[in-house]
Amino acid sequence: MTDDIAAELDALADEFDMLGDPMDPERYRHLMDLGHGLDPLSNEERTEANKVRGCASQVWLVTEPRDGRLIFRGDSDSDIVRGLVAVLVTLFSGRAPEAILAFDIKAAFARLGFESAISSQRSNGFFSMVQRVRRDAEAML
Amino acid sequence: MTAPFRTPPTFDVDAVRAEFPILSRQVNGRPLIYLDSAASAQKPTAVIRAMTAAMEGSFANVHRGLHTLANETTDAYEAARESVRKLLNADAGEIVFTKGGTESINLVAASMGLELQAGDEIVISELEHHANILPWHFLRERKGVVLRWAPVTDDGAIDIEGLKALIGPKTKGVAVTHMSNVTGWRSPARQIADAAHAAGAWVLFDGCQAVVHGEVDVKAIDADFYVFTGHKLYGPTGIGALYAKAERLAAMAPYQGGGEMIGVVTKDHITYAEPPHRFEAGTPPILEAIGLGAAIEWLSGQDRAAIAAHEDALYRRAVERLEGCNWLRILGAAPGKGAILSFAVEGAHAHDVAQILDRYGVAVRAGTHCAEPLMQRFGVTSSARASFALYNTLDEADRFADALITARSFFDR
Repeated sequence: MTDDIAAELDALADEFDMLGDPMDPERYRHLMDLGHGLDPLSNEERTEANKVRGCASQVWLVTEPRDGRLIFRGDSDSDIVRGLVAVLVTLFSGRAPEAILAFDIKAAFARLGFESAISSQRSNGFFSMVQRVRRDAEAML
Repeated sequence: MTAPFRTPPTFDVDAVRAEFPILSRQVNGRPLIYLDSAASAQKPTAVIRAMTAAMEGSFANVHRGLHTLANETTDAYEAARESVRKLLNADAGEIVFTKGGTESINLVAASMGLELQAGDEIVISELEHHANILPWHFLRERKGVVLRWAPVTDDGAIDIEGLKALIGPKTKGVAVTHMSNVTGWRSPARQIADAAHAAGAWVLFDGCQAVVHGEVDVKAIDADFYVFTGHKLYGPTGIGALYAKAERLAAMAPYQGGGEMIGVVTKDHITYAEPPHRFEAGTPPILEAIGLGAAIEWLSGQDRAAIAAHEDALYRRAVERLEGCNWLRILGAAPGKGAILSFAVEGAHAHDVAQILDRYGVAVRAGTHCAEPLMQRFGVTSSARASFALYNTLDEADRFADALITARSFFDR
């Protein structure tokens, strides 16, 4: 497992850019497809402790340390947020905490065309999820 | 059945749109289709100019100074109150400025609540906005007041017979919406008022939506209290009004204390100003009141019956275009409802729907619409809402429906 998050982001950005300009609605369709590829969490994992505080949509994130790296898995009842979780997992799961903390997560989502999705932080809890990723990474240092 | 979707000739939507500068902007590279007016409406130039003109030409604090600007500003502030009075067909002295519908209801609950005892009952409904729920819950928590909940029918109306059955000797007040912010249903206000009065109770109507979409006459409906907010009525935020019958206001204890609302203050004695100023502690939202007055005058200059017909045509157009979409569930289709279309999309989170529509330039609300008991009643966790206003066009109704159908296709898997 490498820590080349930037290369992973480049690859993702290329995928999305093939769908048109950054504001094209088709990006959401692709994002949701990515979310459908995510392994769902079991009911036992959908606990209050794993729940990320959000207003309307429910988001769960499970973090497991493994060999000095962080493994993330997540789920949501919102297809869009699930897609955002999938991007998050693609970019950050299996990385070293230092690499995660050195990366500007918000800028990464902006580059993919989902700035508005993550800036409406109060409504989908995504911002809380980003904070959670960083917090868990910091805890491993 | 195909009704003609023609806008009456007396209403020129293009001319109206030209008075709302914001409507010409683009969102995400597409023309803005603003269908969130039930949350907050856009502002016409008349409102923007009135507030700017006050700041540029004549502004001071009100009721206080002996100088020219203070007098001019006081006159403008009181002229705005007169606009509200005329809008509701109230009498002089019956209009209190507040910061919105929420504060208006809190004021009534706080003042009227002082005389309530444990076991006294307030009748509300499952249809209410949280603004007309929470203030009464406070009385439940603090004074042991009992809340009685009038049921809501499957088509999003208050069950009037059910409501009447809850009104009894212990009922002190009835507080219900005049038009639902979720289902658009309009309540038979006079009938409700008569039922409340027959039991010796007062009645409050939440008119935040109703006042926007039709004419309101507080005398005709015999309301004891009527509240609305300015920002949904094409006016600014931070301003609203409470209508209360003069004899109610005269008997009510003040809500907040401060400047402007007093008669005499000594170290061990206070007297209060007469209503309505008794209920307006501190410097009021002066510019916002002036803006609200301008909004009301502007709206009063329009043909309101023609506006209502136009809004109804918008709603029917959208619903007709969505006919046959078996994945769509409309929340509330009671006869005579206003142009508010709340809906759930099967298999899709309402927030996701709203976010995708935004990419098509369509602004809708999604969530619980500050009406969680109603969401529970309908068995949904959230819903989306397209609310139409006088400045929307039939073409926008079409484009909304088309964008929704496209957005739904994103969820096919």
